[in-house]
Amino acid sequence: MKNFLRKNWIDFVAVPIGLFVFVAPFVLIFLTSTKNAEESFQFDFSLGEEFLLWQNIKTVLATNDGIVIRAFINSTIITFISVVLIVIVSSMAAFVFSRRPGKWTTFANVMILAGLIVPPAIVPTIWVLQKLNLFKTMQGLIFIEVAYSAAFAILIYKSFISSIPKEIDEAAAMDGCTGFSLYRRIIFPLLMPVNVTIIVTTSVAVFNDFTNPLYFLPGNENATVQLTLFYFQSAYLTQYNLLFTDILLITIPPLIVFIIFNKKIVSGLTAGSVKG
Amino acid sequence: MTKSKSKKKIKSPYSYRLAAPVGIIFLVFFIIPTIVSFFFSMTRWTLFDWEFIGFENFIQYFKEASLAIGFKNTLIYGVVTSGLKVIIGLALALLLTGRLRAKGFLRSVVYFPVLVSTIGVGFTFSVLMDPNYGVINKAIVSLGKSIGWETYGPGWLVDPNLLPLFSVAFVDVWKGVGMATVIFMAGLATIPREYYEALEVDGGGAWDKFKNITLPLVQPATAAVVILSFIGGLRSFDLIWAMTNGGPGFLSDVIASINYKQYQAGFYGLATAGNVILLFFVLAITGPIYWYFNRKEQEA
Repeated sequence: MKNFLRKNWIDFVAVPIGLFVFVAPFVLIFLTSTKNAEESFQFDFSLGEEFLLWQNIKTVLATNDGIVIRAFINSTIITFISVVLIVIVSSMAAFVFSRRPGKWTTFANVMILAGLIVPPAIVPTIWVLQKLNLFKTMQGLIFIEVAYSAAFAILIYKSFISSIPKEIDEAAAMDGCTGFSLYRRIIFPLLMPVNVTIIVTTSVAVFNDFTNPLYFLPGNENATVQLTLFYFQSAYLTQYNLLFTDILLITIPPLIVFIIFNKKIVSGLTAGSVKG
Repeated sequence: MTKSKSKKKIKSPYSYRLAAPVGIIFLVFFIIPTIVSFFFSMTRWTLFDWEFIGFENFIQYFKEASLAIGFKNTLIYGVVTSGLKVIIGLALALLLTGRLRAKGFLRSVVYFPVLVSTIGVGFTFSVLMDPNYGVINKAIVSLGKSIGWETYGPGWLVDPNLLPLFSVAFVDVWKGVGMATVIFMAGLATIPREYYEALEVDGGGAWDKFKNITLPLVQPATAAVVILSFIGGLRSFDLIWAMTNGGPGFLSDVIASINYKQYQAGFYGLATAGNVILLFFVLAITGPIYWYFNRKEQEA
């Protein structure tokens, strides 16, 4: 026993600290969402007199004609369509840019760098959206999400595609399979490991996005999940149980993604990101 | 086959047309707004109508205390978050690639906050940092009592000084350090074991290993973490907005939150000028860092 302790002392220090620092805040979210309004104002790590989680969830979902349900539907639609578009259009572009050096590819590399660094110009973007009749529409926000995530996605796809041997395309081209059909039938099926990375990172980013819906999709009928948090914060100043129930509900989708893809996220990112 | 070869131009199997969809979306929703922002930053603008006023918006931005504070705060926020992410991220990565038994568990625990809603995290920590009811100050008060020291604990998010900005930066690190850790873990995995063994033979200790092998060879990962967290930190908006609203007063306002306030107030020209300023601010800071790491890598 003594030997066991001495050998694994790092675990006995690291695990409690890890739990305390990284898990405790989530425990607080859960506990607060099970209390009544008065108890929730105590902000402490205790259970209330009654376990009111289900009741709080019902109240949150019924609030303001179901604004949270509407927000969940909106956010799900936006996230799903954005992710599908990002995967298709960025991998297509990355395929060309990693296979065909030239003026346009050099230009694209500069654009990718710009897309990663340059902060978006907000009001001019609203102006463009208005000209296209896309301001305050879900389509508008979807285009924005695609535009803002494209640089990162193309970068990751490019570094993966460059590891696919060129001989494969040459063999296919010999058989007359070029351009889009080469991409769709030969390359895309090989991209599955990176697709997982891109799907996980962009779906979480779009679902958790607060700033872009705030600017480009205002209005209660267009609510997205992150904006409902502000709704609960301002409308029910003292009902922290409802605010935290909303936080809990919003944390569930990322939690599911995390449970399914935990191992792949780490390995996928490490395969793509740091290549010096 | 022979016919097409004899032609001067062989059609490439990689048509640029495949890049057109993303190119058009990027051009319309990112490049064009960025280009026109330079013009509209020099106007008084209502979205329907504009009046050219030269550099007046920029002058106002530098003159007014409530706007100019954004430069200082943005820089502090970027330096603090990216510095702490490098130090803590590297320490955690070393720990999680070492001889820990609970590696997998701790790795998940450290990474999970990356995936969670920033606003939710912000609200949760506002509650934890509440000056009177928050768990953190309650713990400080009772700890103080046990050693006979009367204290209320600091006003993490309400003190009229730099503390609120640091508190938010701390939460930013809590949420984002998992990403830095993963990047460092990938970097550490590329270092060959033999290097350490060779140093061991020469009688080098743990510190020598860290200083002479780990630190120089993990450099590409360090560069990635520094640049990524600077890019993120300098434009950070949502966490600050959720936790302090830029307050108390405008003491924790950063450029991005000031721009939102100007936008809300209908000063579109001024908000756009703020955007252009943020663009140059980010370029002025990340540019030299990028150049520095690039040069070092070529030397190595």
